[in-house]
Amino acid sequence: MKIASFLALALIMFCNLNAADKYITKTGHIWFYSKTPMEVIEAHNNQAASVIDIKTGSIAFNLIIKSFKFERALMEEHFNENYIESAKFPKSTFNGKFTNFDKSNFTKNGIYKVNVEGDLNIHGVAKHVKTPGSIEVKDGKIYAKSKFSVKPEDYNIQIPGIVRDKIGKNMEITVDLVYEPFK
Amino acid sequence: MKKLILILIILLPFNLKAQDELANMLDSITKPKTDYASATFKTTRIVTSHSVESMKRGQLEFRVSHRFGSIKSGVDQFWGIDQSTIFIGLSYGITDWLEMGVGRTPNEKIFNGFAKLKLLRQCSGESNIPFTMVYMGSTGVSAAKWSGQGTNYFTSRLSYVNQLMFARKFNEELSIQLSPAHIHRNMVESALDDNDVFSIGIGGRYKIAKRMSFNIEYFYVVRPIWNIKSAYTNPISVGVDIETGGHVFQIMLTNSIGMIEKHYIAENLDDFTKGEIHLGFNISRVFTLVGE
Repeated sequence: MKIASFLALALIMFCNLNAADKYITKTGHIWFYSKTPMEVIEAHNNQAASVIDIKTGSIAFNLIIKSFKFERALMEEHFNENYIESAKFPKSTFNGKFTNFDKSNFTKNGIYKVNVEGDLNIHGVAKHVKTPGSIEVKDGKIYAKSKFSVKPEDYNIQIPGIVRDKIGKNMEITVDLVYEPFK
Repeated sequence: MKKLILILIILLPFNLKAQDELANMLDSITKPKTDYASATFKTTRIVTSHSVESMKRGQLEFRVSHRFGSIKSGVDQFWGIDQSTIFIGLSYGITDWLEMGVGRTPNEKIFNGFAKLKLLRQCSGESNIPFTMVYMGSTGVSAAKWSGQGTNYFTSRLSYVNQLMFARKFNEELSIQLSPAHIHRNMVESALDDNDVFSIGIGGRYKIAKRMSFNIEYFYVVRPIWNIKSAYTNPISVGVDIETGGHVFQIMLTNSIGMIEKHYIAENLDDFTKGEIHLGFNISRVFTLVGE
């Protein structure tokens, strides 16, 4: 009995200790953009979930593909049905680490340049990516921003010749999130 | 014993990989919300009859349909292609759940207007609805010159359609729809014909490629007893949808040249088994007038 209560206490303590190191968001803004002379494609997702562990410097993202909103409903339907196949691959994820970042900075107010690298999973294909970004720590919140681009073909997203000129060779992805301490 | 537990507790955090831990944590907070079935059909018609799809808010659909003569007519008529019946229609999504449209068909010079109302949307996740349910109501007015005897009242030119549609997208490939329909004609050709026609339609699609599907539909028309030997037949159509960006092409073989419910369901005369088959196509072009 003593052992059990001690164990429970220890577990609770362990969880609390651990939680204090985590910053989280469920309403991150991630959007992509491509422009060709024939078409502009832009879609926004305001429900990106992400967590940073400031102790280990690791970062993870979880994105529900169907939450991407387009200006044109038909484009959104084609995106889900024909390109990213959201019924088959409903989520996109990223698991990575800050590579050149002093972990103690997470607790000091300021703006810092960071590099992130890790595995980006889109359309069921995982690729190792590296991208620079910036982090602003302000009054206990973390503001993270980054911009990078991906090639649809790298993620096995097939684009038929007839529409190839309408869709950019590179999709520019912008990440803009505000993390709060996880309680 | 205590020591062992202590050691275990100390080791526990190190055993868990930080990466997996974060990923698991995210999984637990991103619970799937209500997931609505989208694109049960590629366009607003299965072949000739309405599907549960409608224009989303701000979308305008321009639709042109052709039905050619019977392929029985042979080389003289180029298997029917020399004669064609053309339907032209426009419809607009007022909201995501209400579409209104107008159309014109050459038979009887009918202009028609319709409203399509989405009543239920198939979804899963937080809430669960197993099918999509849509109501379509339509009124047609014939603009043909009166060739009969006596006075012709305007009301005799009117006909109405009430149609309910229940469709389920079973998976990415297969969707099936049931469409009970009621058609009322204020005036009919003969006293043997009934003003009200009841019918049940079944239709479906199977995706054979990402942008192509095979479609089929059939309407069983309930005829009144005294009309049992009527020359009218039940419409059956098979077709292929081909989607290219904002266009959907539908190419079909059908036993009807009718492109509105009155002609297609209530007054169809051709018999598939006798080779009275028509080639036809629909072209749907969608324009976005108002963005989200």
